Order: sequence, then structure tokens, then C-alpha cells
Amino acid sequence: MTNGAPTAPPAWTVGATTSKAFRRGILEAPSTPAIVLVATMTGFGALAHAVGFSFLQVIFVTITMFALPAQVVMADQIAAGASLLGVSLAVMITAIRLMPMTIVLVPLLKTNKTPLWVLLLLSHVVAVTAWIEALRRLPKLPLELRIPYFAGFSLMLVGFSVLGAGIGYSMAREVPVEIAAGLIFLTPLYFVISLIEIAKPVGDGKAVLFGMILGPLLFVYIPGFDLLTTGLIGGTLAYWLRKRSEP
Amino acid sequence: MTLDAGLWSYFLLFVAGFAVSEPWRFAGVLLSKNVNVDSEFLKWVRAVSTALIAGLVTRLVIFPIGALADSPFWLRLFCFLLGIAAYFVFWKKMYAGVLTGAGALVIALYLI
Repeated sequence: MTNGAPTAPPAWTVGATTSKAFRRGILEAPSTPAIVLVATMTGFGALAHAVGFSFLQVIFVTITMFALPAQVVMADQIAAGASLLGVSLAVMITAIRLMPMTIVLVPLLKTNKTPLWVLLLLSHVVAVTAWIEALRRLPKLPLELRIPYFAGFSLMLVGFSVLGAGIGYSMAREVPVEIAAGLIFLTPLYFVISLIEIAKPVGDGKAVLFGMILGPLLFVYIPGFDLLTTGLIGGTLAYWLRKRSEP
Repeated sequence: MTLDAGLWSYFLLFVAGFAVSEPWRFAGVLLSKNVNVDSEFLKWVRAVSTALIAGLVTRLVIFPIGALADSPFWLRLFCFLLGIAAYFVFWKKMYAGVLTGAGALVIALYLI
């Protein structure tokens, strides 16, 4: 799998140590994705407030889960009066997407010497925004700097998420609906532009296309399992078509 | 399941949240720790996860949630395409696309 265009590594990587890479990750975190994350997490904060979470519970959930869709599903299910089992099941199914995302990232991050516990610990920060940013940024970095960079970067993303959730919780009733709509709209915009950036270099264009078509269709017919099925069908079809056209 | 202020609620949130989502991350690590970065398996998984996120994109535009639900579909579609166009026009700067699309939507909603 080509790791994107063969551009030269950024200047800061020359002679960089692990801790420098870590600090660089922290430094580069405040950017469009971080803003989108803050904005979308405000949505969760507001939702959680409406559902009856306390401020500390919102922070607790944001840190321990760090997965916006799963968090939204959790709040939604609690609001609907589901039992512990019901909430858990819904969250569990939504969180399945974390597995393929982790699978894609691990080979990109690990060196021959990376201990398993580091990977397991690091996996906590795998979430859609972190995943997108990893695929956008890591291919340009030398292998041994990727884990510290990603760790620093993602830690900041967790911080931004907590910030966003806290802001959303505190301001729950005061955001005008037009602005709230704009904040929610940031997510599909950020996702689609990111997909354009990360999918084209590795030939995943068809996967994007099929996914975009199947997503809404399957949502109508099999909500709950729609995204997983969209991924499996769209992705497998795209993969197969690409393999067939290879010499 | 209800939320009260006690410590027990944190245990419930831990079970219904962390305990059912984190294992997927761990499973991902365990399944891929020996996978080669050039393998076919990985290419496939990447296609699958890409398609999954792509599905989320159009789903959010066509079936909006929350405050976005009151906006007209054609407006969302227009602002979505506008945002993508702005990304390309402004030298592939992500913030240009994202801000143009979202900004256009907010302004239009205020005008409607």
C-alpha cells in the first residue's frame, strides 16, 4: 500500500528525538480538525445536558469513551429510557467501527520494537478525527517518530474534546439554532474533504463513492447496522474492483 | 438506566461506555499487530473503513440530526457542494472548504 505521495518529510523531522516528535504533535494539533472536534463535541455536551448528565459525568464519558458517535448513541438511548443492557448494546454496535480504524492505523504506527502495551494504550485515542489526521499526516513522517507524534497530537484532541463538551454543556440553551446547525454541518464537510485527501492517493476513491451512495440507503432500511454494512459492502466492492483492474 | 449524581452512575457509564467500546480498539490492535503495512488484508480494511465514513457523510447531509434537521435539503446539498468547491478553489485548504460550507449554511438559515 503506498503511503501517499512520496513527498519529503517535514523539516522538523531531521534529527528529531521521540520527545521532539511528541511536542511537535502537540504543537500541530490546534488546526481545522481540532476546531471541528470542539464544535461537534459542543453538540454532545448540549445533548448530554438535555438528557440529564451532570457536568462531571459529561467529562467522564468524553474521556473514557472518546468516540463521538458512541457517546451520542449513549445519551440518546438513556434519554429513550433504555435499560443498562439496551444502552450497552447500542453503544457496542456503534463502537465496532473502532476496530477497523485501529487495524488500519497500527501497521502505520508500529516499529519492530514497539511493545504491545504501548499499542494497546495508544489505541484509546483511535476515533474518527484522530484516524483521519493520522492518515493525513503520518505517511509523511519517518516511522520511528510516528507514535510519539500521534500520541502528542491525539492527547491534545482529547483535551479539545473535553473543552468542547464542557462548552456545549454550559451553553446548552444559549446557542441560536442557526449556529447550532452550522456546527453540526462542520462534520460532514470535514469528513468529505478529508476523504478526498486520504482516499485518492491510495486509490480508495471508489470506496468513498460506494460508501456515499450506500450510507443513506442502508440507513433507511437497516438503521443501526447501516454504517457497518455500508463499509463492508462498499469497501469490499471497491477493493475487489481495484484488484481486478490491477495488472 | 437513569443518571443520578452518585458514584454508582459512574460505574454504569463506565460499563455502558468504556467497557463496551474499548475492547474493539484492543481487538483492532491484537488483530493487526503482526499485519504488514502492504498487505491485502489491510488494503481491504482500509477500503471498508473509508466506505463507512463516506456513508456517514451523505447520511448526515440527507438525514440530518439535531438543529440541522430544520434546514431544507436543497440548502444543505448546496452548501455541501459549495464547501467542496471552495476547498479546491482555495488551494486545497481544508479550513476554506469547511468554513465556506458551514458559513454559507448559517448565513442562509438566518436569511430564510
